[in-house]
Amino acid sequence: MNIGYYPGCALHGSSDDYEESLRACLRALDVQLQEIDEWICCGATAAHALNQKLSTALPARNLALAERGGFGEMLAPCPMCSMQLIKAQKALAGNEGLRREMSGIVELEVRGTTRVLNLIQVFEQVGLDRLKAALKSPLKSLSAACYYGCLLTRPPDVVEFDDCEQPRSMEAFLTALGAKTVDWSYRTECCGGGMTLASEETVLDLSHKILSNAAAHGANCLVVACPMCHVNLDMKQPDIERRYGVRHGLVIYYLSDVVGMALGLPESALGINRHFVGKA
Amino acid sequence: MSRIGVFICWCGENIARTVDVDALAQEVSKFPGVRCAMNYKYVCSDPGQALVREKIAAEKLDAVVIASCSPHMHLKTFRRAAQLAGLNPYKVEMANIREHCSWVHHDRAKATAKAASLIRLSVEKARLDHELQPIRVPVTRRALVIGGGVAGIQAALDIADAGYEVVMVEREPSIGGKMAGLSETFPTLDCSQCILTPRMVEVGQHPRIKLYSYSEVERVEGYIGNFTITIRQKARYVDISKCTGCGDCWSVCPLKRNKSEFDYGMGVRASIYVPFPQAVPARPVIDAKTCAKIIRNGCGLCEKKCKAGAINFQDTDKLVEEKVGAVVVATGYKLYDIGEKQDKASLAGYGEYGYGQYKDVIDSLQFERLLSASGPTNGVLKRPSDGAEPKNVVFISCVGSRDNAKGLPYCSKICCMYTAKHAMLYKHKVHDGQAHVFYMDIRAGGKGYEEFVRRAIEQDGAKYYRGRVSKITQEDGKLVVRGADTLAGVPITVEADLVVLAAAMRPADGVAELAQKLNVGYDEFGFLLESHPKLRPVETNAAGVFVCGACQAPKDIPESVAQASAAASKVAVTFAADELMREPEIAGINEQTCVACYACLRACPYHAIEQAEVRTPRGVFVKHTARVNPGLCMGCGTCVAVCPSKSADLEGFTEQQIYAMVESLV
Repeated sequence: MNIGYYPGCALHGSSDDYEESLRACLRALDVQLQEIDEWICCGATAAHALNQKLSTALPARNLALAERGGFGEMLAPCPMCSMQLIKAQKALAGNEGLRREMSGIVELEVRGTTRVLNLIQVFEQVGLDRLKAALKSPLKSLSAACYYGCLLTRPPDVVEFDDCEQPRSMEAFLTALGAKTVDWSYRTECCGGGMTLASEETVLDLSHKILSNAAAHGANCLVVACPMCHVNLDMKQPDIERRYGVRHGLVIYYLSDVVGMALGLPESALGINRHFVGKA
Repeated sequence: MSRIGVFICWCGENIARTVDVDALAQEVSKFPGVRCAMNYKYVCSDPGQALVREKIAAEKLDAVVIASCSPHMHLKTFRRAAQLAGLNPYKVEMANIREHCSWVHHDRAKATAKAASLIRLSVEKARLDHELQPIRVPVTRRALVIGGGVAGIQAALDIADAGYEVVMVEREPSIGGKMAGLSETFPTLDCSQCILTPRMVEVGQHPRIKLYSYSEVERVEGYIGNFTITIRQKARYVDISKCTGCGDCWSVCPLKRNKSEFDYGMGVRASIYVPFPQAVPARPVIDAKTCAKIIRNGCGLCEKKCKAGAINFQDTDKLVEEKVGAVVVATGYKLYDIGEKQDKASLAGYGEYGYGQYKDVIDSLQFERLLSASGPTNGVLKRPSDGAEPKNVVFISCVGSRDNAKGLPYCSKICCMYTAKHAMLYKHKVHDGQAHVFYMDIRAGGKGYEEFVRRAIEQDGAKYYRGRVSKITQEDGKLVVRGADTLAGVPITVEADLVVLAAAMRPADGVAELAQKLNVGYDEFGFLLESHPKLRPVETNAAGVFVCGACQAPKDIPESVAQASAAASKVAVTFAADELMREPEIAGINEQTCVACYACLRACPYHAIEQAEVRTPRGVFVKHTARVNPGLCMGCGTCVAVCPSKSADLEGFTEQQIYAMVESLV
């Protein structure tokens, strides 16, 4: 399988462990990722709040680049990016006038024909059967809380992925790979996202609640598919523990980490050794 | 040559303001076939009608055109006037120069010219009108009531008390419907079962009511006055004519842990069971899905124990026919399914509330069972997860109602009231408990309703927050309910032991299929359509079929009962005459030219066309043909439009008339 790949700023910066992990994992499953040439910002942070036109034009340029590369499908592992890209793609596909306007602005013809996928959808394309066949070391020791965060399933009419309030798609993979999953309440709560800089307290409070609820329901690790969630739950975990005087000690895995582990890849190849919270 | 009289109405100012009625009368009097034309301030008034009658006699008119309002308004009035003057009432035509002309135009000259054209059309039609006679059909004075909830019970008793026989069909093993499961009823807090069960017993014992419980309507044939209903009696495995209702069978049944449908899963029942102690008929039914004898030829204890020999494991569904003259539909409602399974793509469920995931998140009917003295907890309030007494209960209203995004756009009307009742009854049972209510608006229109809600707030201390709940999570054994108080402008969190969701009301399952059998319309949500929302609220567009209760729209018990009595009185009106009169403006098939392609039969929305044979007086077969059943035809004209051999035509609206009208304009 050969698909386009839009890393976005996170996977080339603070979360390059995520990129390392998903590249290693997908390589083992024979999925070739081809990075889009000359990709630019997805427009998620500032543009999205300040300027409607810019917040369509930025993802439109990326979609145009993907179309130029001939990609019918493109992985955008960061849910902020995929939400932005899908929103633009849907708007473009349904509006001739907008297509013309945006093609002018981004100086490339854009049609909105590339389908944007999140990481779970790529694994769904690989299929549970193939994953089970490639299973080398079942994840027997994991009791995982699958954490989708606020954006992976929302807004539901944009991303059209899983049940937006009670998603179950990650659990299906974890169960197939021999892990236990816990039934918990904070699957789709917000971790605080980009509030780290503006109000760290908010991030610590929200992430603390997520970690506490996962632990209370018997989880020994969390599995995420969002770089921002990973930063808040993993890197900030020592700060959370200090602030609230508790010890969570919960390992935060990317979905590709646990799939890679099940396929028999070493933790170092998946970048897991670079996480802040190590094995309990 | 025709002798047509044209009467132009001013409708006070309504028409005369925009249309020059004097000039119009002058012009119209020159139309071919018009004997006289005049205008009058109110033709519908007594002197106006007298003028029409007088002119019919004096001018020997053979047809009349009234140029006034819509025929919906006054066609019957003018037909009656013509009949009094000795003119066949079907020789009256109306030209609508009010709604179609004066009300929608400003330019006086143009409006007057348009009114002249409209009258010209009606004159052309009147020239070709035939004398028609109303169709008389015999009537079977016996009614079918579908559904044995409070509406069906009320309708059946009213009809039976008026002296007519009633056949009642209820698909559950007992009548009583939703109301039988309720605890107490707003705004008087009388015990639901105490007021309903005597009525149920009356139905069971009434000499003129024949009850088919655990049965469904399979097929409907015929028309007003003459319906033939096929009823499917579902296999009950218990012969209720032998059974004494002693209860030996269900006490001996070893499979006692089946979820009780009557308790909405809050309680359990055996595999042979009566849904509740006051059931009518008080006879058990065997649940074939769980009974060990039926599934794998095991057990059979109930059969051994039954002294009356009433158990019959070989029972099968039976079809029986009943003849009736009118039908009352009272199939009631169900609640919006809050969980993940939905029957329509537009309904998304409410995953954020965790219904079906958290045991202590329940819907309002389940809460009724927990409150009910005859419920699974004998009226002691225990939460489902661990049986503890809940000290904080959150009630969320409008779950599925007034929600265009993932629910239904309409207001379910009764939830504000029963939620106030829930908060009140909860406080009466748990004195140190606290009820919290999240609401959008409090809609408490009705006698004593607003006062009732105030009582819940002021005397029983329910806390009301205007706002929605965004999420319910489970933490440390508590349900953490997060929502907004939009009046205070703050987010709020309530730690609850029990959450009750006031789910939207939807029509009961299967109502669309039933409506199709009865040729009754229904709206996009499945609620049955009345013929006119104000003036014909219990009639439907299928003659002889009436509706009442929550199958027509969300409504509470007082309204359902009132509507049921209204439907019953309409049935009594139908049965009052020796023969029923139907309007003669129906379709007919020219059997000489019909090629028996039956395009009309397939197109007819009322199933009024049948296959027939043309035979000589001696019975020799000549040809096949389509034939219209005059009892069923509603005169819509669809058959006329589809007939390729032009053999179908509509009395009172013939093709010849329509062509004449069109030709007069071009």
